[in-house]
Amino acid sequence: MIVLFMSSAVILSFKEEKSTFNYTALPKDSVASIAAFKQVYTVLMSARCMNCHPSGDIPLQGDDNHLHTMFPKRGVDGKGVYAMKCANCHQPTNTPGLHTPPGNPNWHLPPADMKMVFQGRTPRQLAKQIIDPKQNGHKDMQKLIAHADDGLVLSAWKPGEGRKLPPMSHAAFKKAWLTWLKTGAYAPAK
Amino acid sequence: MIAITINGKQREVAADPDMPLLWVIRDLLGLTGTKFGCGVAQCGACTVHLNGEAVRSCVTKVSRAAGQQVTTIEGLSKLNDHALQIAWAELDVPQCGYCQSGQLMSAAVLLRENPNPTDQDIDDAMSGNICRCGTYPRIRLAIHKAAELQREGAKS
Repeated sequence: MIVLFMSSAVILSFKEEKSTFNYTALPKDSVASIAAFKQVYTVLMSARCMNCHPSGDIPLQGDDNHLHTMFPKRGVDGKGVYAMKCANCHQPTNTPGLHTPPGNPNWHLPPADMKMVFQGRTPRQLAKQIIDPKQNGHKDMQKLIAHADDGLVLSAWKPGEGRKLPPMSHAAFKKAWLTWLKTGAYAPAK
Repeated sequence: MIAITINGKQREVAADPDMPLLWVIRDLLGLTGTKFGCGVAQCGACTVHLNGEAVRSCVTKVSRAAGQQVTTIEGLSKLNDHALQIAWAELDVPQCGYCQSGQLMSAAVLLRENPNPTDQDIDDAMSGNICRCGTYPRIRLAIHKAAELQREGAKS
C-alpha cells in the first residue's frame, strides 16, 4: 500500500483536467515521460534558459550563471525597475559583437508574483512546478505545448555572439518536451 | 530619411537604420551632451530618454527611435532648472563630469516614477550608471535633495 501510495504521489496526472484540454495524449508511459523530462531538464538548466529564471530577483548572466552585472532587478512585471528596465539595453534583436546585450522584443523575467524559478530546482521539483498552473503562469496543457515555440524560448537558440547554445537543438528539445507532456508529464523521483 | 522628435523638435536625419542613436544625436544633430562611454550598454554614459525610458543610446538603433520621442540632457529642462539639475549644482556632484548627463537622465526616470526614493531605490535605479570618479555618495545625496525640491515644488 505504501509503495502504491508513494508511486501515485510521484505521478503527476492531468486526469481531472483532461476534459478541458484539447491535445493529443499518448498512452501514459512513465518511463518514456521521465526519460524525456530528463532531456528537457538539461535544456531548462542551461544558461540560456536558467539565466532568466533565477532564484533571486536579479537575473543571471553568462555561461557560468553569474549575477547580471549592474544588478538589474526583476520589478513587479519582470521588466525591470526605473532606469534599469530590461528593454533599456536589450533591443528587439541581438546587438552585434561580443559582450553586447542579446535582444528580443519581449525580453523579461517572470513577474514578481509568479517567479517560475529554475535555479536550484531538482528535476522532480521543476517538473511538478512546470505543470502546476499556480506556478507556471496559469498555463494549461495546450499553453504548455505552445510554449515550446514561444519567441523568447526560441531566442535561446539565437543567443548572440559568444554564448553557448542549449545542449540540444530546438527540434530535439521540442520533441522531448512534447513526449514528456503527452505521455503523462511524470516527474522523476528526485 | 528617418524622422525623430528630439527634445520636442521634429528632425529628419539621413542615417542608416542600424546607426546607433548615439551617433545620430552627437554626430548628425550636434547634441554633444550625451557621451560615448563603453559602446556596449555597460556604463550608462549614453543614457537618453526614448518615450520616457532611459535607453542606452549606444546600442539603440536609430530605427527604434523613428517616429518616437527622444530626450537628451539638453532637453531635460528648458532652463536647466530640473530639480535634479538644481540639486546637482547645489551639491557640486560632478568631478570630471563625463558620466553625469547619463546619471541625470537615469535619475530623472527614477524621480518621475518614485518621487520619494529610498537609498535602496536609488541603488536599484542607478546601478547601471558607472562613475569612474566615484561620485556615487554625492549622486545619492543629490537625488534625495532633488526629490525634496520636487515635493516642495508640488506643494507650492
